[in-house]
Amino acid sequence: MSKSLKDILLPVAGGTALVIALAVFAANRDYGQSKIESLQSQVATARAEVETVKATTASELEAKIAEVQAAAAARVASGANLTAPAPAVEGAYGIGRPAHPEEIAAWDVDVLPDGRGLPEGSGDVYTGEELFVEKCGSCHGDFAEGVDNWPVLAGGFDTLADEDPVKTVGSYWPHLSTAWDYIHRSMPFGEAGTLTADETYAIVAYIMYSNDMVDDEFVLSNENFLEVEMHNAEGFVIDDRPELEYAKWRAEPCMENCKDEVAVTMRSVFLVETPPEGGSESLMNDATIEGLPTFTAAGPSFIPEATAKPTPAAVQTTTEEKADAGGDDALIASGEKVFKKCKACHQVGEGAKNRSGPHLNGLMGRTFGAVDGFKYSNAFKDAHDEGRVWDEASFAEFLAKPKDYMKGTKMSFGGLKKASDVEALAAYLAAEGAE
Amino acid sequence: MSDKTNDRSTSRRGFLTGAAAAGAGALAAGSARANGPDPLITELQDWASYTGAGVDETPYGMPISHESHVVRRNVEWLTASPISSINFTPIHALDGTITPQGCAFERHHSGAIEMRKEDYRLMINGLVDRPLVFNYDDLERFPRENHVYFCECAANTGMEWAGAQLNGAQFTHGMIHNMEYTGVPLRTLLREAGADISADKWVYVEGADASSNGRSIPMEKALDDVLVAFKANGEALRMEHGYPVRLVVPGWEGNMWVKWLRRIEIADRAVESREETSKYTDVYEDGTARKWTWVMDAKSVITSPSPQMPIKHGAGPMVISGLAWSGHGQITRVDVSKDGGVTWETARLGKQGDAKALTRFYLDTKWDGAPMLLQSRAMDETGYVQPTKDQLRAERGENAVYHNNCIQTWYVNAEGVAENVEVS
Repeated sequence: MSKSLKDILLPVAGGTALVIALAVFAANRDYGQSKIESLQSQVATARAEVETVKATTASELEAKIAEVQAAAAARVASGANLTAPAPAVEGAYGIGRPAHPEEIAAWDVDVLPDGRGLPEGSGDVYTGEELFVEKCGSCHGDFAEGVDNWPVLAGGFDTLADEDPVKTVGSYWPHLSTAWDYIHRSMPFGEAGTLTADETYAIVAYIMYSNDMVDDEFVLSNENFLEVEMHNAEGFVIDDRPELEYAKWRAEPCMENCKDEVAVTMRSVFLVETPPEGGSESLMNDATIEGLPTFTAAGPSFIPEATAKPTPAAVQTTTEEKADAGGDDALIASGEKVFKKCKACHQVGEGAKNRSGPHLNGLMGRTFGAVDGFKYSNAFKDAHDEGRVWDEASFAEFLAKPKDYMKGTKMSFGGLKKASDVEALAAYLAAEGAE
Repeated sequence: MSDKTNDRSTSRRGFLTGAAAAGAGALAAGSARANGPDPLITELQDWASYTGAGVDETPYGMPISHESHVVRRNVEWLTASPISSINFTPIHALDGTITPQGCAFERHHSGAIEMRKEDYRLMINGLVDRPLVFNYDDLERFPRENHVYFCECAANTGMEWAGAQLNGAQFTHGMIHNMEYTGVPLRTLLREAGADISADKWVYVEGADASSNGRSIPMEKALDDVLVAFKANGEALRMEHGYPVRLVVPGWEGNMWVKWLRRIEIADRAVESREETSKYTDVYEDGTARKWTWVMDAKSVITSPSPQMPIKHGAGPMVISGLAWSGHGQITRVDVSKDGGVTWETARLGKQGDAKALTRFYLDTKWDGAPMLLQSRAMDETGYVQPTKDQLRAERGENAVYHNNCIQTWYVNAEGVAENVEVS
């Protein structure tokens, strides 16, 4: 270990090279000694390739920090800081411990636009399509067209100047590395970090295919990664508000007679009510600007007869009345709302399929872990073998704190805090998922 | 014994609540105001007779039940799933400047995680002499500082580009909170690891949650006022705010304030991660986009009156109140207009000198009962004046999502009901 550590404790130039080399074995989540040895040779190679070396000199750092400290001290003097700036000591405090190479390899997996950080590997469009449909399609659509409010990943070319630009990997993203990095680290939603390097290459290849960037024979690999041209690579400018806006808007503002007359040109599209149980209800506002006064320095042109909108109290009563009158229907409707927290991973109702969670049709009375074709965690497999059955009690206990009730469940959901939500959800699943 | 007490208490309370409600109704109607003595005064009330809650009834107290409407709220249709979503601080109902953690807006990309301090690790690597790993206790051994800063999501007011959309200050301006943070300056950790701090270097920061949200921060900012924070408003960060450790990037967009901070990497270029290319970039009318728009420009909003805070008292003395902030430093002045920007009056500011923190403003005034078009306009220490919606649209078009810092207008009718509007 100390031998490999020596290579980790490189001067700065080596640090850059390290990123390349370490990511190679990080992809497979395999931190064995043989990997570390191969890493060492790669570090040596990569180090030789680094062109410019910018060594930190102690004096440079001290000068910079002294500058920052002085500025902070000035803020303290002005009464702005709550505490005096933290002192700067000579050298390091010696707190913390050296990072192990395996640790850096496990966490330092980001990929840069110039390809640094990409592990060896490859994937083709066909494999990518299969993986995409299985792992990504429930949210992004089988053709990367996006489901509901989930992101659209394909198409949208030449829409960036339109009223509602469609910003996809093809039409908008300036670097392919961003897609690879994000998919590899943060996707699939609810199962992040489970894709291998080859799977990631394949999924990215399929997304490129969906964007007509490549044909169906295409194979993406670390070898040809930098050859890909992104449609919108040149579409970004660095923040130019200082030049374009600040110069104009740093001026003494007008205080009197700033306009001749002011009229309302648009009213709120949505009235947003705030029910006592939380969240909000958006209702279309049908009020028009007819009959509203204009304003001058003399005040409003006239005082219109007020048409007060329904107060929140009135809306509250309506909600309660509905709940009273509706009975089961209201409970089911309320359960449908709760189900929004589940539907990223679970389906229920006609044609429901397994997604990242099993389908929930016929849940009550079903044995734990009993849906065909779903890969359950060991916790659920064990429960299945024990013959445990979903009923109101187990459902409620599980949903209150899933990870406490089923230690080792793959379900990445914190739980429902309110018993009333659990009850409503059970009613909704029973109604929607009846078999 | 206690059961009996409760029974008596409940039935009596039930009766009295009804009476109080009737009284309030009469007051609202106005004419009955002076008609006879108030039973709340002339009759013995429960709370003046029976004992209240004991000291340990709520080991960690929640707001009183009567304030249960003052909560974070989301707008469900804005996002596909509450796991990757945002909600809004009830700024309309708060005063002063500090946002309690429990009602401070949340934005998660893969949900809030419940990590133990014991399981916390922070790595610093890349262009450093000594790649290091810290645990939570290590961080508390470094000299630390306290600062109050606002954290605003770049998308705050984003819905309003296309026109007046959501009726409520909570929904138009509630993606913001303001807390007193305790933390270690990032520069202290950079120095500990012997980082290359030359000006062309970047500090890439990454979270431990499933989204592993990562952003690149230029070295100059990293050395300036960025904090690795573990307390907010005196107590541990709440789970939804990144317990046990989050990054605080004063004045810059909230997405960079990485929660559950697990890694700091010094690099020779920006990573151009998903959150700094496909998101948090601004598309303008001609289809080009701005990137690296980190600073939150000066902005203000009147929180009361506002759609959720109508004027209930009729004409007479009143306080118009709101919040102002700037990512460039201190707020130096806030002006308020009651006529849609024809005439402006300068408001009274709360505590001055807090840079990159919320500033409370008050206009102590008298309402004549006529309709108003209420606006506020902030100025910061750089002399920047908060722009109108028209000024912003002239520069950027209507396709942008982020960084809408326009002047907000509330139309207040003669009944005191306020509505989100746009004006000429």
